[in-house]
Amino acid sequence: MSVTTEDASIKPDPLIMAKVKPAPIDRPPLVENNRDYAWITDKICRIVEEKTPTWWWVCFGVASMTASFTVMGLIYLVSTGVGVWGLANPVNWGWAIVNFVFWIGIGHAGTLISAILCLLKQKWRTSINRAAEAMTVFAVVCAAIFPVFHVGRIWFAWFLFPIPNSNWIWPQFRSPLEWDVFAVSTYGTVSVLFWYMGMIPDLATIRDRATTKFRRLFYGVFAMGWRNATNHWRNYELAYLLLAGLSTPLVLSVHTIVSFDFAAAQLPGWHTTIFPPYFVAGAIFSGFGMVLTLMLPLRAIYGLHDIITQRHIDNMCKITLATGTMVGYAYSMEFFIAWYGANSFESFAFVNRAFGQYWWAYLTMVSCNVISPQLFWFRKIRENPAAVWIISIFVNVGMWFERFVIACTSLANDFIPSSWGYYSPSIIDILTYFGTFGVFSVLFLLFVRFLPMMPMAEIKMVLPEADPHHGDNDHH
Amino acid sequence: MNFNDYGLMATFSSAKDIYHACLKVREAGYTKWESFTPFPVHGLDKAMGMSRSKVPRFTLAGGLTGFTMATLMVWFMNAYDYPLNVGGKPFFTYIFPFPVMYEMNILLAAFGTLFGMFFLNRLPRHHHPLFENKSFLKCSDDRLTIVIEVIDPNYDEEETRKFLENLGATDVEVVQEDN
Repeated sequence: MSVTTEDASIKPDPLIMAKVKPAPIDRPPLVENNRDYAWITDKICRIVEEKTPTWWWVCFGVASMTASFTVMGLIYLVSTGVGVWGLANPVNWGWAIVNFVFWIGIGHAGTLISAILCLLKQKWRTSINRAAEAMTVFAVVCAAIFPVFHVGRIWFAWFLFPIPNSNWIWPQFRSPLEWDVFAVSTYGTVSVLFWYMGMIPDLATIRDRATTKFRRLFYGVFAMGWRNATNHWRNYELAYLLLAGLSTPLVLSVHTIVSFDFAAAQLPGWHTTIFPPYFVAGAIFSGFGMVLTLMLPLRAIYGLHDIITQRHIDNMCKITLATGTMVGYAYSMEFFIAWYGANSFESFAFVNRAFGQYWWAYLTMVSCNVISPQLFWFRKIRENPAAVWIISIFVNVGMWFERFVIACTSLANDFIPSSWGYYSPSIIDILTYFGTFGVFSVLFLLFVRFLPMMPMAEIKMVLPEADPHHGDNDHH
Repeated sequence: MNFNDYGLMATFSSAKDIYHACLKVREAGYTKWESFTPFPVHGLDKAMGMSRSKVPRFTLAGGLTGFTMATLMVWFMNAYDYPLNVGGKPFFTYIFPFPVMYEMNILLAAFGTLFGMFFLNRLPRHHHPLFENKSFLKCSDDRLTIVIEVIDPNYDEEETRKFLENLGATDVEVVQEDN
């Protein structure tokens, strides 16, 4: 047990302590430069309260224009038919499923930061969890676009839900795709609930500072009359812990079920039991990549260096390194099993992945996902925000290619060589996907501008003076 | 307009001070009082004599409802109302719909948790006498306060004020209520 215990109720025996003479463990503080409560409130509220900065309008304009590609792509798809995408036999799951899995995976780091790190009492999560949760919600929005429009006749999308159709037939629950409907919609809903509940005390802070009537009304309504009473906090903290406890199995199950979409099929390259853990590790990996991509610029723009410290970036880099290495392990294990399983179709599928017609996608995937995060072993790299940001972009690119490799290489070259094909996306595919980055950015910019970007109450809680026993153990 | 006294509001300068003050206020036998802090102070609820929160009951109720509902739903749709033979697979087992049961379990448990928290906190409540007081609003920024209400049987404006000042309150003021 650590001697620098943070729980004051466990007091080490002074006699033992005198004998052991524990060395103090110097950990960098989570909030630097001895900032106080008021500074934190002011810093974070001001982002919402100040005049909209010019850079925001520029980014918002660019993001809206980018988002219009998705809107136009979808309008064209609905009015013409799903054939405007590059889907053709034998690859009938093209970019749509790739983009869906990509975006859902991005979301997972948000839940990991807010839920799993909360259960593990990792206090450093406080300054990044709100933005990461927002990222989750918006990534799920982007993800949901693809399966919904992939059905082609969008006006029948309600067939997915447990509502009888015109022939009084219900959805059939033996299909992993139906499980996916429940997994993704639950994930989206619970992520919103968790995100919203975490925001209530901070919305109340903005309400209490409000100088305009609109702000008092807008933040007041959503703050639900929160009064910061200890009784409120008591129920709130337990509810938060429970939601974290519920989100943890949820986030693990969602990508597991997403991987069932593939793993339950008979196709070589998809039909493997390694998929659930491998997908979950990949999802967390890509999500941390995205968190870094988003937080580093925000930190620079708003001067949040005292709250998002080098320690935070270090930890995120290390998790990216760990999960990236896990993903690399999964890649090699897939090859081992393909050989060890002695199934000629299976071993062909993997040799074909690496050296077949999609070799370039496989190479991109391995170099971005396995090789590039290895740079995080070096402190010099982790301490260089520009380098971290560039590597995080590599991670995003690599993870998109991973889903492409899995979905397309397996479908393009299956059992019978006469039915092989080569999948190329159409321009509509490309623009629709490109546009989702705009959709995501529009939502994220609105979040940054109008909602508390960081959980003020939680950051105040990790200050040393927030501990009611602060200073009690100093004389030991 | 008519104003009534609502209570006495005492401000403390640190989490440590309010923690010890709460222990004393409780010892002194006050019952209608509450502390307000911009962040949850570890152990303050216990110091005030509050029991463990009852939110988990709502979570459990939600979770059980979700799990049962999903089980019944799949059974009703795929085995009772319109059995559809798909590859000779059974119409109902507990195995294949498990992901659905699992997700619905989590979904309703999460709703139970959130709404349970609201219910136990008696929220939403947008109007509260304390909100009328400008300095109370600082409680969501950096102020830690204890409010002892007038309706407390032990309340006496002079005595209680003195008591709070002795506990180390930096500032004690009367909060009024709009009638």
